[in-house]
Amino acid sequence: MALDHQAKRDFKVVGTRVARPDGIDKVTGKAAYGADITAPGMLFGRILRSPHAHARIKSIDVSEAAKAPGVKAVVTSADLASPDDEYYADIRDNCLAREKVLYDGHAVAAVAATSKAAAKAAIRLIKVDYEILPHVTDVDEAMKPDAPVVQEGRALENVPAGMSQNVTSHFEFGHGDLDAGFAKADKIIERTFKTAATHQGYIEPQACMASLGTDGRGEVWCCTQGQYMVRANCAEVLGIEASQLRVISSEIGGGFGGKTTTFIEPVALALSRKSGKPVKIVMTREEVLRATGPTVSTSMDIKIGMTNEGRITAARGELRYQGGAFPCGTVEFGAQAAFAAYDLEAVQTLGWNVMTNRPKEIAYRAPGAPTSIYAVESVVDELCQELGLDPLDVRLLNAARKGTLSAYGPTFNEIGLVATLEAAKAHPHYNAPLGPNQGRGLSCGFWFNFGGNTCVSLNINDDGTIGVVEGNPDIGGSRASISMMAAEELGVPYDKVRTVIADTTSLGFNDVTDGSRVTFAVGLATIKAARAAIQEMCKRVAKIWGIDEDAVLWEDGFAKPSGPNAGTHPPMSLAEIAAIAGNTGGPIAGHHEVNADGAGVSFGVHLVDTEVDPETGATKILRYTIFQDAGKAVHPDYVEGQMQGGAVQGIGWALNEEYIYGEDGRLQNAGFLDYRIPVASDLPSIETVILEIPNPGHPYGVRGVGETPIVPPLAAISNAVSRAAGVRMTELPMSPPRLLKAMSA
Amino acid sequence: MHESGCAAFAPFAESWKTQMRYVKPESFEAASAVLVAEQGIARILTGGTDVLVMLKAEVVEPDLMVDIKHLPGMRDIVSEDGGYRIGAAVSSAQLGEHAGVKAMWPGVVEGAELIGSTQVQNRATMVGNLCTASPAADSVPALVTANAMARVHGPDGARDVPVVDIPIAPGKTSLLKGEFISSIYLPARPDHAADAYLRFIPRTEMDIAVSSAAVSLELDASGTVTAACVALGAVAPTVRLVPDAGAALIGTKLDAAAIAGLVAAAEAACSPITDKRGTIEFRTKTAGVLAKRAAHIAYSRAGGKT
Amino acid sequence: MKMIPVETTINGDRTEFLCNSDESLLDVLRDRLGLTGAKEGCGTGDCGACSVTLNGRLVCSCLVLGVEVDGAEVETIEGMADGEMLHPLQRIFIEEAALQCGICTPGILIAAKSLLEKNPDPTDTEVRYWLAGNLCRCTGYDKIIKAVQKAAAEMRAA
Repeated sequence: MALDHQAKRDFKVVGTRVARPDGIDKVTGKAAYGADITAPGMLFGRILRSPHAHARIKSIDVSEAAKAPGVKAVVTSADLASPDDEYYADIRDNCLAREKVLYDGHAVAAVAATSKAAAKAAIRLIKVDYEILPHVTDVDEAMKPDAPVVQEGRALENVPAGMSQNVTSHFEFGHGDLDAGFAKADKIIERTFKTAATHQGYIEPQACMASLGTDGRGEVWCCTQGQYMVRANCAEVLGIEASQLRVISSEIGGGFGGKTTTFIEPVALALSRKSGKPVKIVMTREEVLRATGPTVSTSMDIKIGMTNEGRITAARGELRYQGGAFPCGTVEFGAQAAFAAYDLEAVQTLGWNVMTNRPKEIAYRAPGAPTSIYAVESVVDELCQELGLDPLDVRLLNAARKGTLSAYGPTFNEIGLVATLEAAKAHPHYNAPLGPNQGRGLSCGFWFNFGGNTCVSLNINDDGTIGVVEGNPDIGGSRASISMMAAEELGVPYDKVRTVIADTTSLGFNDVTDGSRVTFAVGLATIKAARAAIQEMCKRVAKIWGIDEDAVLWEDGFAKPSGPNAGTHPPMSLAEIAAIAGNTGGPIAGHHEVNADGAGVSFGVHLVDTEVDPETGATKILRYTIFQDAGKAVHPDYVEGQMQGGAVQGIGWALNEEYIYGEDGRLQNAGFLDYRIPVASDLPSIETVILEIPNPGHPYGVRGVGETPIVPPLAAISNAVSRAAGVRMTELPMSPPRLLKAMSA
Repeated sequence: MHESGCAAFAPFAESWKTQMRYVKPESFEAASAVLVAEQGIARILTGGTDVLVMLKAEVVEPDLMVDIKHLPGMRDIVSEDGGYRIGAAVSSAQLGEHAGVKAMWPGVVEGAELIGSTQVQNRATMVGNLCTASPAADSVPALVTANAMARVHGPDGARDVPVVDIPIAPGKTSLLKGEFISSIYLPARPDHAADAYLRFIPRTEMDIAVSSAAVSLELDASGTVTAACVALGAVAPTVRLVPDAGAALIGTKLDAAAIAGLVAAAEAACSPITDKRGTIEFRTKTAGVLAKRAAHIAYSRAGGKT
Repeated sequence: MKMIPVETTINGDRTEFLCNSDESLLDVLRDRLGLTGAKEGCGTGDCGACSVTLNGRLVCSCLVLGVEVDGAEVETIEGMADGEMLHPLQRIFIEEAALQCGICTPGILIAAKSLLEKNPDPTDTEVRYWLAGNLCRCTGYDKIIKAVQKAAAEMRAA
């Protein structure tokens, strides 16, 4: 059978709406999440955290805590290893502070005790002698030459001399002659924007159970987006061999990027090694907000020039992102994504990363892009208003297409931006009437999507069912989609396929579940593994029939002779082949390991109608429609779910979510009461329109879809509010006090 | 420590902190007695929706938790002299299900029913909300404009205190050691009378009020305001009764000048802070807006036509 | 300090346990009774992931002390299905993809069941306001509301 890499275009299973395999466990409460397991002899871990935004640790006295009733181990940074690699050293220092505490909530020490109450009491007996240092939490303040320095010597070579040591890196992208471009513009708008940090807001706090022996063999159960990442981080931070550590990913109660690193697992392992018992640590919501990984907060300058007809002639962006107390590269993504939707002759984006006394940033759904695209789409919209042009027409006029040299370097292949813009233009939402104090806004959105290291093992079980073994925690319904792709490729019903997420001992390395990569890369690897299994099955059948391998083809779940020359043989089903596998050579499987590339970018457009109460600044979302290119929607329900979920996170980011720090550098709103994520009554129904412009890099045309939806809401809502209230908000969130103040000005 | 009539456990010496004692006294007298006798920190448990949050945050570590929900009358709503006596353990949801109270004092019920979520409303009590004494308490402004009375039980028996005199500072009440509130009395209403409560929150639910206003009106048969009471929440350390705001409405049918007077008086009465929920100017501005809107709602409920 | 004995009924079963006075019902369910379906998302009554019913009333189990359920009836997610038979809400949630990560799902199912017992024909707005105390970060709530309405219709027709 020929194994061309050919794209499939009509499907039997892919594109249908099947039931997910984890559904029953989740609706009955049986599904086991990070905090849901126990072990015999288990101890409870608890972490002592810094109450200061910045301080030198002069001494830590754990003697009283170690003697407290029920306490079996106390650890500090001294109990961790010293990785050479700066990347792992930062993770180690973030898990337990070494010489300085760098943010309010930074972990300093931990105890393991026989009960939660004993651990809680013991923590209070740890005496830390702090020398409080000046702190800085604002991104612009932190760049000033006289700002308190968070860490010394962390700047990369490309940072110019004379800047604060807090500035660690600098990126630049673009092409063309900016001056000439701006000279051609009929109108130029230049604006500065500021956005506050937000948090992924997963409802499940981090939780783990760890067990580590003095022989270096251990096991971790945790909610994570990547068990292999946990293994690697823990091995480096504990100074043990990675393959001796078995990491099992539980069901995960939300990640959105926030669980692509480790906070508590190395600490739990250290406590376990010291105490000789399994140790369970569960973060509280307060700890999650104070001391996991929020997004960057930003300060951005955008300048765009446009002709009277709406053609963008030049665009420039300077982005300043703070990623907390350790160097962070998110501004690079922000700088790359900022103008990605546009076909530009002259474009430049500069990015700076700055350290502050805040928790270490980690990914949140399209990291870096929501903020930079918010700024760009706001200026584009303002230009449309000034020039009296239709915002959709202007996007269409300037849209990136196949063959466009993108602002960040690559030339686009087939992309779906124009299709989404045209769908938006044709949709009844775009021309629906609006009432008083109401306004409509739109924004484009974009995410690169990634491929990455992926391993899949596919077993043809002797009962004719299929077992797919993959290594990526399921955060969006991917087990169902993977099973669907296997079923599609093999030609068997969906309910014959069972996809499981293996622990680290079962497969080679898998990159974390991020970058909207799983449906694309694990899907691709599954398809290839299925093809390998098909090839083996055909080989077995060829032997049975006494013909060449090439003379057997696979169709709709059966091995068949490929033509009249192959002879007359009744087709053999997968189940029949599987049943006799032992007699034809042994169990049948296929596998595939790859660092997948060819991920297709995903563009989206969001339309939103808002109503602003002129007397209070309260913004109501009246109507919301999402258009997004999925390449091929394997399971349309789950694609819709990603679109709606991401959009609502963006709505929260635009309207109410923000990290609020006091003058003392301490986080003031470390709870769901005052870190305000959208609730059900805040929202209308959200309509979704899926476009399918196949990605040539995937056998079925799949594009990642999970991240793009969080990008457009910020500007779409700001643009809608601009038309509803007559003010342009350049600071996020557009909370009522800020909006009312702007309207009253 | 008194043992009479209450199921208490003697403290057990540990080298770490002694565990909180949980008691369910069997009478009002026993409850007062155990509170008076307590040397450490005591807290009262009705709905628990504030005190358990404080426990979890380690903001308070009570030595004694006194559960009074089961005492006689605590869970009852009873007609009394044309008005209603509402037991201290009556939940917001229970209050909202009482057609009589809802018809007579819709603003009071609104305030109670806005606290937290559905889950919280099934446990939270007006009395607990009042005694937690947050400046932003949702149930308080309408209780104040209703001239509600709190029945306070203490070692010396029972006394009635106007609700407005209960909170004295953020987190503090005027109750003395050994005292607790057993019920709230809402007085009878004449015809053409109604109240309303509004609060500003950034989302649609779940937030602490950034500013709030309660208005209670009595009209004559022609629709002219004969009595008006306005109270503001979250704009001062305690609820603020604003006599000038009420006075601005008396003798009017809520014409533009009356409303302007109401708003000006409301704004003038504010002394809020700037914090993570709102700024001084925002709270002041919106307090006036809410007072205006609540006045219109109360007026229309009372049968007035604008 | 000795622990306090409590006798209660959970999902129809007589249950006895010992707990400390400051343990929440959520702590007891999860740590002492092996009923881990109720989740701790915040511990402060702001997320609803710990929702159960107490004497027929929807509550956050993190805001109830373990000792308070003595003599009471508690229903958790583990009691929602009848053996093999899922409750219509549970089945329809799966069918309509009204869950993604599923961590909020037990709380939302308990809350939705409580709503439909009180109001079998709610408007979308009524459903949204009833569920305002149940945070979901994955779905944007859309498919949840639709699933509740579909289940409500099926239950009304039954």
